[in-house]
Amino acid sequence: MNNFNRSKFVEFGLRFYILLSFGFVFAPIAASFVFSFNSDRFPSIPLGSFSTEWYQAVATDPLVWDGLRNTLFVGFIVSVVSTILGFGAAYTDFRYRFFGKSVYMALALLPPTIPVVIMGLAMLAYLSRINLSGQSISVIISHIVICSPFAMAITRLRLSQMDPDLEAAAWNLGASEWAAMRYVIVPFALPAIFGALFITMAVSFDEFAISWFVSGLNETLPVKVLGFLQGQVSPRINAIGTFVFVTSMTLVIIAQILLTRQMRDTNIVAKD
Amino acid sequence: MRKRITLYSLTFSLPLLLWQLVFFVFPLAFLVALSFWTVKNFRMEPAFDTINWVTMYGRSVFWQSYGLTLALAAGASVLTSILAFPCSFAIAFKLTPKMRQLAIFMMVIPFFTSYLVRVYSWQIFLSDNGIINGLLGLTGLEPIGMLNTVFATMIGYLTLCFPLVVLLQLFSLMFIDRTLIEAAHNLRCGRLRTVFEVVIPSARVGLVVAALFAFILSFGDFVSPVYLGGGDPTTLSILITDTTKSGQQWPRAAVIALTMIGTLLAVAFAAISFAYKGRGK
Repeated sequence: MNNFNRSKFVEFGLRFYILLSFGFVFAPIAASFVFSFNSDRFPSIPLGSFSTEWYQAVATDPLVWDGLRNTLFVGFIVSVVSTILGFGAAYTDFRYRFFGKSVYMALALLPPTIPVVIMGLAMLAYLSRINLSGQSISVIISHIVICSPFAMAITRLRLSQMDPDLEAAAWNLGASEWAAMRYVIVPFALPAIFGALFITMAVSFDEFAISWFVSGLNETLPVKVLGFLQGQVSPRINAIGTFVFVTSMTLVIIAQILLTRQMRDTNIVAKD
Repeated sequence: MRKRITLYSLTFSLPLLLWQLVFFVFPLAFLVALSFWTVKNFRMEPAFDTINWVTMYGRSVFWQSYGLTLALAAGASVLTSILAFPCSFAIAFKLTPKMRQLAIFMMVIPFFTSYLVRVYSWQIFLSDNGIINGLLGLTGLEPIGMLNTVFATMIGYLTLCFPLVVLLQLFSLMFIDRTLIEAAHNLRCGRLRTVFEVVIPSARVGLVVAALFAFILSFGDFVSPVYLGGGDPTTLSILITDTTKSGQQWPRAAVIALTMIGTLLAVAFAAISFAYKGRGK
């Protein structure tokens, strides 16, 4: 590299801009955290005193617990089913070529790009037509539609790191297709499968718009938050929000650690 | 590659196909049928009547919302792309591989972290007695009304789109052939000129796709315009939620939704053909 076009000032400026960007992205998360421990009813500076009263108010609210129970119940089923569906689709794309594959892939990947209000309306109208609206199952069904593409993408990336000959080698050594799946493909894809479980749970955990349309009385926690927002300004939302942030950040961080580690492992194997 | 259709192959391929057919394609197709139904005495009846289309398209309010939503989404898309570019550029070219990985790691987190609560938190900053006005007050300046303005709505759209746009731009910038940039420098091409004449054209597809996603996300979002923009004037997504939740006017909401899908398809198609224009030569 020559030193033409280099200036300390620009180098510093660009790095500072990265910091600024992260500041913007994480500011609301940080603010929610700080003000959830603030005693003042209306958030402003200077801060009031340290207080956990908003957490106590939230913890003693049975509605919040109902919402949380629903969210966890929905999230658990959604993550398991989406991961299974997504894995199947990723494996199909990895191994087979067939007529209409591009349509299949579009169905497997497009749903998250449809605006959630439209999905919400379509699901509400359709599910109430077949008597499945207003229940937890309605939320589960809709969330699987938008979550399985994430599971599919994550698993597909992992499978693309695998040598396709490995599976063929297993067949040649006498393994049936099922045995090759059980002993070669699944173990190889395992980190991605767990990553997909966590990511899809995070997506379901944070989704509020479709849930708001279809859930009826079985509201999930984010829908409760939406209800709160329409009602009043209350620091309790900061307490719930901090809880929501911590939960989904934990899920996403675990998933990412799983996925980056798998990449490093593969690279080491490849170098040997 | 074996081409036979076996129980084994169907076990893995069929579940997702069936699920997305029954719970993704059918609901969207039903939306089309629903837009021709009629509502009598607050009950929906299957019919084939263009009344909903005629009514909605005959309202000036609808077209005002349409224009506003289009303008907001286009604005958000351009603004996010411009503000995100220096960030993704710096991450791609000015960081060590390790720091770059950390930056990507950190940008993925907010993408999956409750957008709704993040928008609520912006109220803490922007409200009349919020943090920003508190800081202004300390310096003796007059408070500024920021909540319920287009500015606040844009902050919300940025919150929604910024991490994803940075990631998408970054992935295209990372794959630029660096010898091209060095060649430009060796030929004494200035810094900014290199960015505009080498970097941006090389990364065009990724940059356009990123802008397209920003457009799609903000076009369909109803949280920022409601909780930061104050819900007035109305965007199409607000119109859908209002029409759906108040009374049984689902067929009219379906008309709005289908119009939005049509618009998104047209924009996506235009953007993709622009992105690939002149490539493959």
